[in-house]
Amino acid sequence: MAQTNTNLDQNKFAAAEELPKAQSKVKEFTKKFMKRKTAVVSLIFILFIILMAIIAPFVVPYAPDQPDYTALLQGPSAAHIWGTDEFGQDVFSRLMVGSRLSLSCALIATVIGTAGGVVLGLIAGFYGGFVDSLIMRCCDVLFAFPDILLAIAVVAIIGPGMVNVMIAVAVFTVPSFARIIRSATISVKQSLYVEVARSLGCKNSRILFVHVFPGTIQSMIVNFTMRIGTAILAASSLSFLGFGANVTEPDWGAMLSLGRNYLNTAPHMVLFPGILIFLTVLAFNLLGDGLRDTLDPKMN
Amino acid sequence: MSEALVSVKNISKTFSANKGMFGKKKFVHAVNDVSFDIMPGETFSLVGESGCGKSTTGKLIDHLITPDQGEIWFQGKDISKISDNEMRPLRSEIQMVFQDPYGSLNPRMKVQDLIGEPLLIHTNMTAGERLKKVHELLGVVGLSPSHGERYPHEFSGGQRQRIGIARALTVQPKLIIADEPVSALDVSIQAQVLNLLQQLQKDYNLTYLFISHDLSVVEMISDRIGVMYLGTIVETAPKKELYANPRHPYTRALLSAVPIPDPEKKSSRIILQGDLPSPSNPPSGCLFHTRCPHCTEKCKCERPQPVEIAPGHIVKCHYPDIQETTK
Repeated sequence: MAQTNTNLDQNKFAAAEELPKAQSKVKEFTKKFMKRKTAVVSLIFILFIILMAIIAPFVVPYAPDQPDYTALLQGPSAAHIWGTDEFGQDVFSRLMVGSRLSLSCALIATVIGTAGGVVLGLIAGFYGGFVDSLIMRCCDVLFAFPDILLAIAVVAIIGPGMVNVMIAVAVFTVPSFARIIRSATISVKQSLYVEVARSLGCKNSRILFVHVFPGTIQSMIVNFTMRIGTAILAASSLSFLGFGANVTEPDWGAMLSLGRNYLNTAPHMVLFPGILIFLTVLAFNLLGDGLRDTLDPKMN
Repeated sequence: MSEALVSVKNISKTFSANKGMFGKKKFVHAVNDVSFDIMPGETFSLVGESGCGKSTTGKLIDHLITPDQGEIWFQGKDISKISDNEMRPLRSEIQMVFQDPYGSLNPRMKVQDLIGEPLLIHTNMTAGERLKKVHELLGVVGLSPSHGERYPHEFSGGQRQRIGIARALTVQPKLIIADEPVSALDVSIQAQVLNLLQQLQKDYNLTYLFISHDLSVVEMISDRIGVMYLGTIVETAPKKELYANPRHPYTRALLSAVPIPDPEKKSSRIILQGDLPSPSNPPSGCLFHTRCPHCTEKCKCERPQPVEIAPGHIVKCHYPDIQETTK
């Protein structure tokens, strides 16, 4: 038996001298992703906002905290393209500079919350039993509070400040992820191919990361992009309440909230921050859809 | 005769069917005192109707579940009580082909990664070497190397089953447990896959445990056959002996139900009365007595022991010599 096998192997080896090349996964992913135009546009928009967050202080026409008492609450003009606020500060400059605070806070908080939630969800769904009950009951406790109230409670405990706002937002992101990933894990775990993997001799770690985890990525991405929008708003609300960014600091949510007072006389003060938040959240959602479709081998 | 590759000794497996918190706990006797040997290079088939414990027996041998009682010897080693970690190196010797070709392949992995996975786990080959071996095996099962770049959903059921077979072959196993490998396929594709399995058995000197409910498929591929009923093997015999001279009433009834491709020939079917008893509450005595046309008082209280009535022909029946009177 062994002899026939080796003969066969040798023949095949002689036929094809060089080893076939394995195609790079990154290259293939990029190629597929580039086909999705809306996702690419969204990505470009997000990259632009991120770029602004980095370089805005050096390129915007006015310093964000520079008051111009001759031009209070002015509508869009050549000098101030998106108008000015009640201190005569340039709205465009403030928004661009503010993207740093708003975006970094929302992104970092969501990433931390997602990481925590995914790990907890995978462990709960994969191992089940007591660990599962423990994790899910803790999540239930967190679920019992409304998101923003929970965030306020966390900030009240650990003190105000931007970092603490991020922690607070991350904390209320965790349970929703844990629950979604847990249910996805359980449904993937019961599929036949996971049993096959066990029969092939895969270790638990390989089953978890190679077979189970990729099956949960879709729900993770969709939830992630949705939570970014929530996180931007939550961080802004906390700033408005005085827990996060200083009110004088440029922050999208804080600007939106302050502009509310002048809705009748200077609608541009809510219009532009509103549009920017809307576009950013939309871009993250569309990017999420694009990523989900790219990662799904059944879509071409 | 050489030593058996697999030797199953009196294995039993029960599953608990929980009836709520306060309900009485019930046990389903999925496999009940099953014993058989599989010789190297042969095809041993398990046949029986749905729910008789065929697949459970396959999973027990593959150590996906562990038996409550009994021993499973593989290559002179008892594998029934070892841990998953101790079992892992042995898995390269035992591979399984599953019934459902749609569910058994991870939809997020390319075919070449699927087939190469056992190599990744059990050998130290580089990515290129693995791919080379995968291309070779794709050729063996009648697919082309370019198919390796595709995903499972781009293939038909028959092709997927070939992919499953290729995956089972990568690490050159000694035993392949084929759990209803063709029952999800069209009849024409069934023949192709069965021919492929037979060809591979010759080329690689494989041993098969073939699980099926289809007697015509079993007749084509087997050397020896075990007939299962309600978690126990009622009759074991070489293929020709079994088809020519069935001794257990259940085997006779099964064989009489095989369709004969001749409209002129009068079929003489034995119709069994009653339903399959519940495996959570199996009958006393002979498990088949509730439906047996020749049931006596002895059958109702005494469980028949296996009797060897011809070389290699073992039957569990008190009256193996009764001739069937067909209507």
